[in-house]
Amino acid sequence: MNLEFSPDEMAFRDEVRAFIAENYPKDISPDGLRDDLDPEDMVAWHKILGKKGWSVPAWPVEYGGTGWTPTQRYIWSEENARVNAIMPLPFGVSMVGPVIYTFGNEAQKEQHLPGIRSGDVWWCQGYSEPGAGSDLASLKTTAVRDGDHYVINGQKTWTTLAQHADWGFFLCRTDPDAAKPQEGISFILVDMKTPGVEVRPIKLIDGGYEVNETWLTDVRVPVENLVGEENKGWTYAKFLLAHERSGIAGVARSKRGVERLREIAKSELLDGAPLMSDFDFARKVSQLEIDLSALEITELRTLAGEQAGKGPGPESSILKIKGTEIQQRLTELTLEAVGHYGTPYYHGMADMGSNEYPIGPDYAQHSAATYFNMRKTSIYGGSNEIQRNIITKMILGL
Amino acid sequence: MDFNFTEEQEMVRDGLSRLVRESYDMETRRSVVASESGWRPEIWAQLAELGILGMPFSEEDGGFGGGPVDAMVVMEEFGKGLVVEPFVPTVVCAGGFFKHAGTAAQKEEHIGGIVSGERTYAFAYAEPRGRYDLADLETTAKKDGSGYVLNGHKAVVIGAPWASHLVVTARTAGDRRDAQGISVFVVDKNAAGVVTRDYPTVDGRRASEVYFENASIPAEALIGEEGAGLPLIERVTDEAIAAQCAEACGAMKVAHAMTVEYSRQRKQFGVPIGKFQVLQHRMVDMYTEYEQALSMTYLATLKLDESERERKLAASAAKVRVGQAAHHIGQDAIQIHGGNGMTDEYAIGHYFKRLTIFDSEFGNIDHHMKRHIALSNG
Repeated sequence: MNLEFSPDEMAFRDEVRAFIAENYPKDISPDGLRDDLDPEDMVAWHKILGKKGWSVPAWPVEYGGTGWTPTQRYIWSEENARVNAIMPLPFGVSMVGPVIYTFGNEAQKEQHLPGIRSGDVWWCQGYSEPGAGSDLASLKTTAVRDGDHYVINGQKTWTTLAQHADWGFFLCRTDPDAAKPQEGISFILVDMKTPGVEVRPIKLIDGGYEVNETWLTDVRVPVENLVGEENKGWTYAKFLLAHERSGIAGVARSKRGVERLREIAKSELLDGAPLMSDFDFARKVSQLEIDLSALEITELRTLAGEQAGKGPGPESSILKIKGTEIQQRLTELTLEAVGHYGTPYYHGMADMGSNEYPIGPDYAQHSAATYFNMRKTSIYGGSNEIQRNIITKMILGL
Repeated sequence: MDFNFTEEQEMVRDGLSRLVRESYDMETRRSVVASESGWRPEIWAQLAELGILGMPFSEEDGGFGGGPVDAMVVMEEFGKGLVVEPFVPTVVCAGGFFKHAGTAAQKEEHIGGIVSGERTYAFAYAEPRGRYDLADLETTAKKDGSGYVLNGHKAVVIGAPWASHLVVTARTAGDRRDAQGISVFVVDKNAAGVVTRDYPTVDGRRASEVYFENASIPAEALIGEEGAGLPLIERVTDEAIAAQCAEACGAMKVAHAMTVEYSRQRKQFGVPIGKFQVLQHRMVDMYTEYEQALSMTYLATLKLDESERERKLAASAAKVRVGQAAHHIGQDAIQIHGGNGMTDEYAIGHYFKRLTIFDSEFGNIDHHMKRHIALSNG
């Protein structure tokens, strides 16, 4: 047992660190909110990585993966977090991509995988509905066969960044008479420019627009866009959710967040001394750091298991729960650290057309919005309560 | 990066697991704890025979060339059975002092005695007014001819009733709480001037209040350098923390499994209580706590031979995190067991008691949080 990286792994780290330093676009603001960015900025790094052949490290080599070990992938995410790089969006790379290369046919692989790798095609996820959140299997959007087409009708929600999406993957009910709600669902790819697809923005509590309602009215989709078998979509959806959870711990990013928090708390003053020297505050930071260490080792243990051939199992639910709790506590402490300057509403100022010099220290600007935004993490990807149900069933056997 | 155990470590784990299962069941433990001596010297002899007591020592010192990970494996298994025998005081603490700072003669005598199972030790570091500060010592060792004279009172010395020898921290110079002027001695418990008052502990072990009343000890009793003992004491204490974290993990694992099993058997409102989501989620949280505690135990163990700062940060982080998990799991295990959890008859209460006392040994959560903050901000 040891925690050291091997000489090969150290050499790999130096290589990727040098590549990032040389190639990461210098003009993208590192600490801003995602929806402040141009869509081009959001995929700029993805496109660079696509050219390098590093945009889909976890994929099998035959589909463009790098063949990196789980440890190398861990090093890769650590190194990107060091510069707060804007990573490829998960919808193509970590979600629909693995479903297509695992369950799709050759034509689908040829049509879709290159665009996902290169970052040229923007994907969104059509899972949740107004009446189907944690109870995803109760979804009502229908796809009815009509000759060579499915005709899709229904409403999806929380479609993240669908306003920029070229394609979407949708769960639709193809057999309304199935014995169980999980049966009778199909996994269908939809070109977002198809007539009848309408994306309407949802404004969130942080003031930003990152999710949407997606309305589907008589949307005609060729049957070739069905992935795998009809009525087997639930299997693919579950497969995808397990993939989504691995890496969701966000350890590397949270480590950087703690460093940033320490910097902020050294600048802020309490009774004339740095906030960081206040025992009550320091205790909260230390607790966060300790919890983060525990999560990091837990993630490394999971990775080591993957390296030994055990796939991401129900343990990834632990990573999701603890990872999101830590992300939320981190943003809460950051908001606490900035004191008064958590209050100004920067989105609101922008909405009113203000382009004046910002109020308060730079580091305070997005602290409230980020805190509000991160409340989503314990809700999405299978809420943390759903994760507990998974552990109950799969690990405790109750 | 490697989280695998060696083949030997797996064999040791299997062997100990069998030993605990076969000769350390709850009924046996109960009668041993209630017996006059409170422990089983024959188990100790068996551990010596199996090579467990010699595992963490180098072959040069008469051991079997193991290290911190081996001690972790042993303590995890002991924790599962709530084994009371003094592996940490004898092998990890006393053994650690001799291993790191003993003279050739001390190693031969003491490590030899530990490996063969002939000698048991207790680590007398705590004092009634010192709380968790290892340097806050009122016990003194004054130079007297070539040797020293010990005076003072050591508090709650775990395993002392069973020990042939004590490892004692004492002040040879400086003022109370000074970092300098602290020395470590090994003292024959039967020496003149060593007075002990023995008693049982709430978690099934035995301890003593130890009084030194002008106890004369020879020059050879000094371990390491006179007056410069604190870094050594801190190192051995961190090693003890890692080992006891492993013990707590073993105990937590069993406490959690027992609770899940109980929730399958126990019926209320016509169904097993394990069907209630409110209890399921509590048991999931216990499981998550256990996994985080195990990760921190690995971290503390694997950092023991790193730089002093890294070692201390990891040991303190682990003591905080495992301490929190121990309270969480212990308390929730009792709650889910309901009234039965309150009875002496059910095993779970004994796990709860050991997991509770774990926190106060070698510095509690608050103490180690302070050390973590000081190291992080320093």
